[in-house]
Amino acid sequence: MSVLATLRGISKTFGNGTLAVDGLNLDIGDGEFLSFLGPSGCGKSTALRMLAGLMPPTSGSIDWAGGARPQVGFVFQEPTLMPWASVFDNVWLPLRLRHISRADAARSIEEALDLVGLSAFAKVYPRELSGGMKMRVSIARALVTRPPLLLLDEPFAALDEITRFKLNDDLLALKTELGTTVGFVTHSVFESVYLSTRIAVFSSRPGRIVASIDIPEPLPRNEEFRLSAIYADHCRAVSAALHTAMEMNIDAPQQPAVPR
Amino acid sequence: MSEPRTNGRPTGAFPDFVLPVAIFIAAIAGWEAIVRINKIPPYLLPAPSLIGETIVKDWPLLSGSLWVTLKITFSALFLAIAGGLFLAILFSQWKWVERSFFPFAVILQVTPVIAIAPLLLVYLDAQTAVLVCAFIVAFFPILSNTVLGLASADHNLVELYELYGASRWQQLRLLRLPGALPYFLGGLKIGGGLALIGAIVAEIAAGSAGQGTGLAFRIAEAGYRLNIPRMFAALVLISVTGIAIFLFFSILSHVLLGRWHDSQRSRET
Repeated sequence: MSVLATLRGISKTFGNGTLAVDGLNLDIGDGEFLSFLGPSGCGKSTALRMLAGLMPPTSGSIDWAGGARPQVGFVFQEPTLMPWASVFDNVWLPLRLRHISRADAARSIEEALDLVGLSAFAKVYPRELSGGMKMRVSIARALVTRPPLLLLDEPFAALDEITRFKLNDDLLALKTELGTTVGFVTHSVFESVYLSTRIAVFSSRPGRIVASIDIPEPLPRNEEFRLSAIYADHCRAVSAALHTAMEMNIDAPQQPAVPR
Repeated sequence: MSEPRTNGRPTGAFPDFVLPVAIFIAAIAGWEAIVRINKIPPYLLPAPSLIGETIVKDWPLLSGSLWVTLKITFSALFLAIAGGLFLAILFSQWKWVERSFFPFAVILQVTPVIAIAPLLLVYLDAQTAVLVCAFIVAFFPILSNTVLGLASADHNLVELYELYGASRWQQLRLLRLPGALPYFLGGLKIGGGLALIGAIVAEIAAGSAGQGTGLAFRIAEAGYRLNIPRMFAALVLISVTGIAIFLFFSILSHVLLGRWHDSQRSRET
């Protein structure tokens, strides 16, 4: 597998002095489904945002296979739709910002809505949709430019389990159909194992990657995989890695609670 | 089980507006009755019927004054909208402009217009002074609401726009301005009423010295002549104008925000 992005020595210190990510080294393979798994505040979202170009790293380098960052589709934890625009116009946005007219963009928009199963809802406004449907619109918007890299920041965390499972399946189907490389931030062991071809386990404060676990089962996967012994084994292994990461975090020297 | 209730009020066969309209009519009828039964002379308190008669009888005089007041109010409101919107956009684009000039807007706002009016009457002719007063009071709510609205864009959406390389102009036009619309319309509702109040107050301040012929001038003039019914008639016209302005902007809000903004939708029950 060819490498899409090479991250070397990436660190991020925020304005208030918090070291969010420290010395991150990571190769992202073309076409992989890579999950960033870790407890809250471990810098996994920060890593994803630096990958998207939403914030610059304080130090370190990100090298891209094509020389420059490819077109990126980004999905936030909230659907982040414009409430005054219809579903169609929300999905149009990335193309509109590139000065593509509504008529010229219509086919791409309809295809993107079709991919997430919302063709019938093009004229509806976001507030008339359920949480899961809003998230589908958000995904359609990210896919409308057919980006080679799709980044999702805990997109399904606020949804109920039934909706989440359905969207997990749909995301895998999309990924398989489009061949997109996916970066996916989650704090759920089960979700990461179900979705990913590889999981990067983060420890917190400062955030670094402490384990990289391959999930070699072929995509797409289904309910059968979710109930299989292999799935359970992977979950156990990833859970163990996560626990180790969190213990490291407890043992690691923190900022002193009492002034020395 | 009792009958279904909403907000503690029984829901019946009557539409929502029946009750408030009935109570309003009852209040007017009560006023009429009190004046007639107690034989209160019209120079103390005219009956509603007499006020109505006066409006009809003095219509040539009053309509001219109404027109003047309307012209001043809407000119001031138009200037306030144009100025408020322009300045708000300027403020949103350059923080240093906001920091430098917002204090001036605050000073204009917190200084009572009635205190500025005599000074303006010294520098300007009466009509222009009245217009400027109305503008000053209408301007600030439109400015401050729009500034707030333009600054309230969803941070994630702003990041999304940056991710797709949106220009400043695109961000303003497609994200900040539509997002500020509910705030702007809220400012309009306040500013519209204030423009009328500003016009009336300034004209009262101008008093007999001014050559103004607006409704406030008619009230002052009728007061000197102890023509109380005409004072009430002018007052009614001012109230109706204020109500009309408020209704107009409420309907405008409903039309522009109806489909997407929570303020314009009833909850499903």
